[in-house]
Amino acid sequence: MTEVAGREPGAAAEAVEGRASTEVLEEAKSVEFTYRGIFQKTLAANLCKHVVMANRRREWLGSTIQRYSDSPERNGVPAKQFAVIAPDEERLQEHLAKYEPGELDLITVLDDTLCDGVESWAFYGRQPINLRLRRGGTLLVVSHRSAEELLRVIPRKPWPWTLAILPGTPSMGGLWVYRDDGTDMRVLGAIAKVRPDIFELEAVEEVVEEDEKLGDEHLEALRSGYEEVRVYEVAAGEGKEDDYEPVRLPGYREMREAIIVEARKPGERNPDYKTSSDRTMRPLVDFDACIKCRQCWLDCPDEAFDVTEEGYFPVNYDYCTGCGLCSQVCPVEDCIVMVNDLEFIEEGNRDVFPRWKEDPEGYREWREEKIARGRVRHSGYFNTDVWAPVDGGTAER
Amino acid sequence: MTVARPRGRQIEKLTTGTQAVAQAVKLADVDVTAAYPIRPYDGVMQAVAKLIADGELECEYIVAEGEHSQFEICKHASAVGSRVFVGSSGVGWMYAMESLAVTPSLRLPVVAMIGNRALDDPGAFGVEHNDAMVVRDLGWLLFWVEDAQECFDATLMAYRVGEDRRVSFPVGICVDGAFITHSQTLIKIPDQETVNEFLPPYDLGDRLLHPDNPITIAPQANEDWVMEIRKQTDEAARRVKGVIREAHDDFRRLFGRGGDNPFFEEYMTEDAEYVLLGMGSLGLPAKVMVRRLRGRGEKVGFIRLKWFRPFPDEELAESLGRFRAVGVIDRDYSYGSPQQGGVLFTDLRAALYDAERRPRLVNFIGGLGGRELTPEMMDEMAEITRRAARGEDVPTVSWIGVRE
Repeated sequence: MTEVAGREPGAAAEAVEGRASTEVLEEAKSVEFTYRGIFQKTLAANLCKHVVMANRRREWLGSTIQRYSDSPERNGVPAKQFAVIAPDEERLQEHLAKYEPGELDLITVLDDTLCDGVESWAFYGRQPINLRLRRGGTLLVVSHRSAEELLRVIPRKPWPWTLAILPGTPSMGGLWVYRDDGTDMRVLGAIAKVRPDIFELEAVEEVVEEDEKLGDEHLEALRSGYEEVRVYEVAAGEGKEDDYEPVRLPGYREMREAIIVEARKPGERNPDYKTSSDRTMRPLVDFDACIKCRQCWLDCPDEAFDVTEEGYFPVNYDYCTGCGLCSQVCPVEDCIVMVNDLEFIEEGNRDVFPRWKEDPEGYREWREEKIARGRVRHSGYFNTDVWAPVDGGTAER
Repeated sequence: MTVARPRGRQIEKLTTGTQAVAQAVKLADVDVTAAYPIRPYDGVMQAVAKLIADGELECEYIVAEGEHSQFEICKHASAVGSRVFVGSSGVGWMYAMESLAVTPSLRLPVVAMIGNRALDDPGAFGVEHNDAMVVRDLGWLLFWVEDAQECFDATLMAYRVGEDRRVSFPVGICVDGAFITHSQTLIKIPDQETVNEFLPPYDLGDRLLHPDNPITIAPQANEDWVMEIRKQTDEAARRVKGVIREAHDDFRRLFGRGGDNPFFEEYMTEDAEYVLLGMGSLGLPAKVMVRRLRGRGEKVGFIRLKWFRPFPDEELAESLGRFRAVGVIDRDYSYGSPQQGGVLFTDLRAALYDAERRPRLVNFIGGLGGRELTPEMMDEMAEITRRAARGEDVPTVSWIGVRE
C-alpha cells in the first residue's frame, strides 16, 4: 500500500483495467454509498443526487437507486444507495436493467465502522465492504483512522485497487434530523479528486453555485474535501483474509412450510439470530466496580447479558447490538462504558469475563486502554451537539 | 355412484342457515370462537353463544372489539392448536382484511362464515357476493351454499378439507344474507359418532406453536424468501381439489348426501341445449324456472357452483362443452373488468379459453343489494340465453331487474 498524490483528470480511465467483459458499458459508471440506515439517509441521497447533476454538466444521464436495505431500513442498519451515470440513454438503461449494480467503480463508506463488513440486506451474510468493487475500483472512506488500520478489517482483492480516506467522523444526515456539517460537499470534493472520470471538481462546483440553497461555505467544504482526501494504492492480496462465503438460499421444496423457522426453547440462544453489522460500539464492563444489581440484564432489549455463577453479568457480544442502554441504566459511574467497535478487531466477539477472572489487573489495563482509544460518550447518532467539526477534527462521538 | 344409507342416526331440525352452521360448529367440537356483531353474520354468534350457555358446547367465546381483532384472535388460536370458528359480513369482513390476507400464507385452517352482504355505501344489509370475493386470490377456499342443510354440510366439509395437512387453508362458507341466514328450513343432523368418523381431530403436527416445539411463525422476510413462500402456497392450492374429492366421497358414504359432483350441482342438464349457472340461494328460483320451462318443451338446465375457490376449471370446461349457450348469473359486480361483466363470468370465460368445445357465454348481473331474483327474472335470463344458443345477437352482459 502506497500513498499517492491523487489522480489527474482523465488519468483514472487508464488506471482501470479488465473491463473487456463489459465492453459495451465501458463508459457507464456505478457508484455506491454505504451508510447507516435512517441516520445518514439524506446524506446518501444528497450525494447520489449530486453525482447525477454534476454529470449533467457534460450532458451525461444518470439515475439513483435506493435499495431497500434490511427490508425495511432501520436505525443504524447498513444501507446502500447507488448512482449510475452514462453518456446516453441506451447505456444507462443497460445498466439499470439490473436493479442493483453488479460491479462498482466507486464505493463510498460514510461510517468507518461499516468497513469490517455489512449485512445490508438480511440473510446474505456479512459481506465484505468491497465485495463488488471492480478491478481498479476505488473505496472512499470517511474516517480518522489510518490506511493500515482500515486494511486490518477490509478484505484483500486478487487485483490492485485504490483506498481513499477523507478525514472525518460519521455525519448525521438523517431522515428525521439533518445537520448540514458540510460532509456531503467534502465527500463530493474527495470524489472529484480520486475519480475525476466520475465527475470533475469544476462540474460539481457549477452545480453548487447554481443552487440557491447552497452558499460559499459549501464551496469551501467542497474544496477542502478535494484537498484533504488521501489516496493509497492497495496491492493485490493486501488486506484482511477474505473469508466471506455467499449464503446458500434453500428452494421452496426444502423450506419449512407456512412461513415457519426454527426457534429455541426459552433460555437457549439462537445461533441463527446473532447480531451483525448494525453495531457501531460495544459496552465494556468493569467487573471490579459491578455491584451485581442486574439492572443491565433487566433492561437489555436484546437479552445480551449472560449470568455467571458468581452473579456477574458479562455481555454476550454475539447478541449485543450496541445500543448503549446498559451504560445509561448502570447506577455505578463508568462501570459500563461504550467503546467504538473497530477497537476490537483482535478480540472479535469473544467473552471477556474469563480474562478478568484469570487476570483482573491485566483486564483492567486492557479495558482502560480500549476506553482511552475509543470511548463513545453518546449513544450513536442521537446526540448531534458533539458532532465532528467541518475541519475534520477528532471530536468524540 | 350410488349413495349409501347414512351411517348412524340423523335427527331432523328446523333451523335458519346460521343456526345450521352453529349445529355443525357444535358437532365439530370447536375450541375457540371470537365474535363481533354485524348483520347477517350475527345470527351464528348468537346461536353458538346459546349452545355454550345451554351446556351443549364447551368453547372459549371471546367478544372482540372489532372484526380485525376477531379474526386475529382466531388465527392465533388456530396456531396453538385450537379448532376455531369465526365469521362476519360485508364491511365487517373488510375491516378484518389485513388478518384475512395473512391467514392463508400462514396456512392456518380458520373456518369462517361469511353472511354475504352488500358493501357500504350506501348502508345496505342485503346480499351481494363481492364481500367474500375480495379474498379470492389469497388462498381462502370459498364455498357458496344453497340452503340451511348445505350450511351444515359445508361447515363440516370446511373443517375436514381446511385442516387436511396437504391443504391447511382457511375456508369461507358463503351464505346469502337474509335468504339463507334468516330463513328456517328442515335439516338433517347426523350423530356425534358419525361426525367423528368423518372429521379427525385437528392436528398441526410440527407446526404447533408451543414451548415444547419452539418455532417462529411469520418472521420478516425480504425478496430472497417471499417468492418461495408464495410458491409453497401455490403448490398447496393445487392439492385442494384432490382432497375435496376424497372428503366428498367420505361425506356421501357417511351422511348419504352431497350429489355426484363435489364442485357443482347439475339440475336437469342431461339433454339441455342451454343452461343458467350461478351460486347460492338463487338455485331455488332457478330450479323452479327450469321445471316450468321444461313443461313448455324448453331444453333448459341449471348448474349451481358450490366451490368457487378452488375454481373447478377443468371440470366445468368438460361439462359445459355439451351446451350451446351458458348464462352466468353474478350476484356481484366487477367494474371495468373484461366485458364489464361479473366476477364469476370473468373467471368462467378464462376457464373455458382452452376448451375444445366452447359454449356461447352470456352474463347476467342481478339480485344486488338483497334484491330478490324471482322465477320470472330467471325466465328472462333463460330467454336471452336461449336466443344466444340459437346464434341470435344478444348483449354479452345484461343487468336483470334494474329500473331504468
